[in-house]
Amino acid sequence: MDLRSSVEIITEWDIVAARQLGRNEAKKAGFGTVDQARITTAISELARNIYLYAGKGKIEIERVTDNGKFGIKIIASDEGPGIPDLRKVMEDGFSTSGGLGAGMPGVKRLMDEFKVVSETGAGTTITTTKWLH
Amino acid sequence: MNKIMVEGINKNMDEIIERWIRRMKEEKGERFFHFMPDHLVEKTSREFAELMTSNITDSSAANTERINDFTEKVVRFGWAIKFVNKAIDNFSDVVFEFLEEQEIINEGNLRSFNTIFRNWINPLRESIIDAYSTEWERTVSLQKIALQELSASLIPVFDKISVMPLVGTIDTERAKLIMENLLEGVVSQRAEVVLLDITGVPVVDTMVAHHIIQAAEAVRLVGAKCMLVGIRPEIAQTIVALGINLHEFTTKSTLQRGMQAALGMTNRAIVEVEAN
Ligand SMILES: Nc1ncnc2c1ncn2[C@@H]1O[C@H](COP(=O)(O)OP(=O)(O)OP(=O)(O)O)[C@@H](O)[C@H]1O
Ligand SMILES: [Mg+2]
Repeated sequence: MDLRSSVEIITEWDIVAARQLGRNEAKKAGFGTVDQARITTAISELARNIYLYAGKGKIEIERVTDNGKFGIKIIASDEGPGIPDLRKVMEDGFSTSGGLGAGMPGVKRLMDEFKVVSETGAGTTITTTKWLH
Repeated sequence: MNKIMVEGINKNMDEIIERWIRRMKEEKGERFFHFMPDHLVEKTSREFAELMTSNITDSSAANTERINDFTEKVVRFGWAIKFVNKAIDNFSDVVFEFLEEQEIINEGNLRSFNTIFRNWINPLRESIIDAYSTEWERTVSLQKIALQELSASLIPVFDKISVMPLVGTIDTERAKLIMENLLEGVVSQRAEVVLLDITGVPVVDTMVAHHIIQAAEAVRLVGAKCMLVGIRPEIAQTIVALGINLHEFTTKSTLQRGMQAALGMTNRAIVEVEAN
């Protein structure tokens, strides 16, 4: 059984494709409408960041289990410029593009688990999970 | 030489078609034929084979008219491009093998037959790819136009009150259009209150929120007020989680409530009158 699916993010429309996939997976996994919206919005944020700051990358969506818990894991990875100051980007309102600067801290609040690994010049990988309660 | 080849094919057309169908059915991952009733497979295959054969020419120059005819008809079969590609491959393989068996192709003329095959197959393949990609480009551009037509018009509902229903995904291009239509409409309709209805927007992320905030700010600058309506409960929750501040806005869950509030803001109300 293939539990992982992925979408390459190259154009703005790939963002729509990624969150469509996320919504379908969330629905299939049994999440309610509110959590579906949370997961879809988180994917939208991560995919748009890839598109805006790294140019290209991918969103992978995976079903996960842990001690009888079920959930959905999103992995957003790119080989872009990386994030120099991780603490700063997690602050509300920090943006290098004139945006709201709400994306990264927002995703952290929308989801249950959130981890960023980033290396300047090498890329960024963000892994975030939502559990079915 | 080409004539011998065409004759060889035509004489044994049934056998060639049969082999070709068998090979197409063996293709992994292609379930195309499985859904087709047998008599249709037979008929389409024959047509395809005849179209293929009719394009074997004497000269190295391809016959454009024949190629176009081939492409036009094959496209109409409605096959996936991958399938068409395989169909062409397999057909030329089958024919080659067959001519070898019949000893029409032998070691002595192999080289010239190779050239004939190349001159036969390549233009067909190129023409097919060209037709499919033109069709895709056309579809995409038509859909873009359709999407733009769907985009955001400001509708005057009452004196001083206008509504803009937003439907569908908002990308950068549409966001610009929304802003333009909104400002233009506010001025030309002399609106005092504008209701932005986001009932039909599937995802409100930070980018959409940012555009909405900017639109509201611009509306305020031309002297009107902007109200956000149609906020579904799940959207309200994600907006809060994103930490987006909509305090400067009047927000209402439904267009109906928004309309009542807008009438209040312009010192009016809807009253029921008793029938006499
Ligand atoms: N994948 C990435 N690669 C490089 N830099 C990134 C990446 N993702 C985020 N950043 C940096 O982190 C900053 C904060 O991102 P965040 O998503 O929180 O806000 P934003 O994208 O600027 O605005 P918005 O509120 O619209 O999302 C960005 O401005 C950018 O500089
Ligand atoms: Mg962002």
